[in-house]
Amino acid sequence: MSKYKLMASTFLVASISLGAYSVSAGEITVMSWGGAYTKSQVEAYHKPWMAKTGHKLKSVDAPNPSAPIKAQVIAKNVSIDVADVEYSDAVRFCDEGLLEPIDAKMLPAAPDGTPATKDFINGALTDCAVANIVWSTIFAYDSSKFSGSKPTTIADFFDTKKFPGKRGLRKGAKANLEMALMADGVPSGDVYKTLGTADGVKRAFAKLDQIKKDVVWWDAGAQPPQLLADGEVAMTTAYNGRIFGAAIGEGKPFSIVWDGQILDLDLFVIPKGAPNKDLAMDFIKFSTDTKRLADQAKYISYGPARKSSSALVGMYQDGKTMMGPHMPTAPANMKNALLNNFTFWADHSSELNERFNAWITAN
Amino acid sequence: MTVTTPDRVDLEDTLTTSDGTPLKLALSQATRRARIRAFLLVAPLLLFVVITFAVPIAQMLYLSINNPIFSDNMPRVTAYLKANPIKGVPGEEAFAALALDLAEAKKNRTAARVGVRVNYARPGATSLFKSSARQAVKFITPPYKEKFLEFNKEWGELHLWRVIERASSSITMSFYAAAVDLTYNANGDLVRVEPERRIYVHLFLRTWALSAVIAFLCLLLGYPVAHLLSTLPLRYSNLLMILVLLPFWTSLLVRTTSWISLLQSQGVFNDLLVVIGLVGENDRIQMMYNQFGTIVAMTHILLPFMILPLYSVMKTIPRDYVRAARSLGATSTTAFIKVYFPQTIPGIGAGFLLVFILAIGYYITPALVGGSSGQLISNQIAFHMQESLNWSLAAALGAILLFGVLILYWLYDRIIGIDNMKLG
Repeated sequence: MSKYKLMASTFLVASISLGAYSVSAGEITVMSWGGAYTKSQVEAYHKPWMAKTGHKLKSVDAPNPSAPIKAQVIAKNVSIDVADVEYSDAVRFCDEGLLEPIDAKMLPAAPDGTPATKDFINGALTDCAVANIVWSTIFAYDSSKFSGSKPTTIADFFDTKKFPGKRGLRKGAKANLEMALMADGVPSGDVYKTLGTADGVKRAFAKLDQIKKDVVWWDAGAQPPQLLADGEVAMTTAYNGRIFGAAIGEGKPFSIVWDGQILDLDLFVIPKGAPNKDLAMDFIKFSTDTKRLADQAKYISYGPARKSSSALVGMYQDGKTMMGPHMPTAPANMKNALLNNFTFWADHSSELNERFNAWITAN
Repeated sequence: MTVTTPDRVDLEDTLTTSDGTPLKLALSQATRRARIRAFLLVAPLLLFVVITFAVPIAQMLYLSINNPIFSDNMPRVTAYLKANPIKGVPGEEAFAALALDLAEAKKNRTAARVGVRVNYARPGATSLFKSSARQAVKFITPPYKEKFLEFNKEWGELHLWRVIERASSSITMSFYAAAVDLTYNANGDLVRVEPERRIYVHLFLRTWALSAVIAFLCLLLGYPVAHLLSTLPLRYSNLLMILVLLPFWTSLLVRTTSWISLLQSQGVFNDLLVVIGLVGENDRIQMMYNQFGTIVAMTHILLPFMILPLYSVMKTIPRDYVRAARSLGATSTTAFIKVYFPQTIPGIGAGFLLVFILAIGYYITPALVGGSSGQLISNQIAFHMQESLNWSLAAALGAILLFGVLILYWLYDRIIGIDNMKLG
């Protein structure tokens, strides 16, 4: 009998210590986009949060973190506590009931007392999501490859006669169709109106047809700087922060063309049924306060989603590059910029992506 | 007086074991125990196969014909449409049902999901359902239809209502129709989609053709290697075997990315060609991000699956047969064609089928090196699983692929005979 007693007491002690362990130090899983972007979040959010709370944080990456969310929620097997997603996905998933609601009133106020709901830029707070950064899709080139004139407008990207060489594009309809229209002369204000018509879609694809045979397609955000560095492409669309990281951080001769950039937000969301909802909420509250959002800009050139953070944005981590001019929202970069229209994509993404897939696979 | 010989049954009944139980009973007990023990030994594997293989496939097949999102969340509209098939734009009663359903969908946050379901066949439905649900309070008093049409005139569109009617029946073939580039037009007839949106039929054919090419290339390359392996003395053949197996043990991703660094336009092959002056610095050959890259990388990756079954068959073929043929005057070609080759057919069949079936479902390699012309159907299935999140369509595409493989298997059985296949 003593054997059983021993087992029972061992089990008891083990379960108590396990229980105590889980109270003192929880662990949350945060999913993001990988590469330089995840690194900036690790430095600005993850490490300070772990140091302050004593909890653990597991960082995982996906080419697009929105993809696993629906699968996990529908299968009722959620392992992600916090995910970093694009605006259109945050809105779509919230509408489809796949995310936990987040009460924006719980978010900390700005240092001067402005409530969070007023401090965040327009649209940065939704029923289920809190924005952290403003990012943008731009195109970039390797300046060492262009000795004469250099590309300056979005039209140059589609002009392989003037600027020969391969082009890198993200494999998907979003951003490519808008850029094609802008390159074809559609003013940024009319892009979505044009794309809403059959003729507009035709026009966008006709423009893409001009460079189709020269395109190398990419999936993950870390690929375009690699394609440029390998000399596989002469120019590529990319997320602006990735090019900044390669250019300023690693000293690559890459230049960004801001003309025709497409602005978007990245937001933190909590999938419905997340295993550590409360900790996840605590992490989001911590990470999206004025200081942390400004801190992230130290590591990557994405604009903070709080107005009060802008004033705190200073130097890059190298201590000599001012971040201001590298932000997508800098006035000089905003001359011909397009704001991504999430309602348009909620309605048309299945139709346009299908068409895009058919276009890309047809020879 | 006739002597009756007791028949067998009687005889057995009288035989007993040492403890007195009838022998027949003891025997059947023993065999039953053995059977149960055998079953228990197999049970974990059986359970594993059922849970990880049979159930998911059944689920997938079910998902491809069953999509209850609309009928679950819009019960009143579903009931109305069941009782009153659409002839024109429906009247007040349907819109009353719609108003109540939308109000409930708003409460349960399901309006957008319903919209997405309708949106598969009619773009714009997502925001129509979402915006209407947001205003649901406005619609719950008569006149229903008038209010809906005033809010958004799209509600008065016949095509929309036909799409809603089809979406409202949870059992549907529309995903299979979409998977072979068919759609329903405004009159409800099944027609091919516009030319610029046709994709799947083309991709299925390309997948089959590329898989056949890859399997054939594997056979061409693998046959001599397998022959060499089976005939070399053990010390050399072991070394050669390790050379075959080493890539087999290497991660798929590693092998694919190695091909990228070899084949890309600034890669090893192109550098070599430039150095020896075969091509100029500015016209490097595009060997990647196209079908060529897919074929090369997949052939290399799948080669062991051809070599191993071939080897195991060739190993068992006695050399005496070919020697006998030669000594009877056959040339080496005749001896090969008439004697050696026919004996290797079971291995060829197994290897070809194995490589072909694996190639048909390949996904990572074409995604990484295929560019646009080297994409296979599995990349579209992955797209619908992960990005568009239209799982029913992904399931329908997967099911068609599965049926294709089953038909191939059946054909193989009819033509060559499955008993003839040797996997190892």
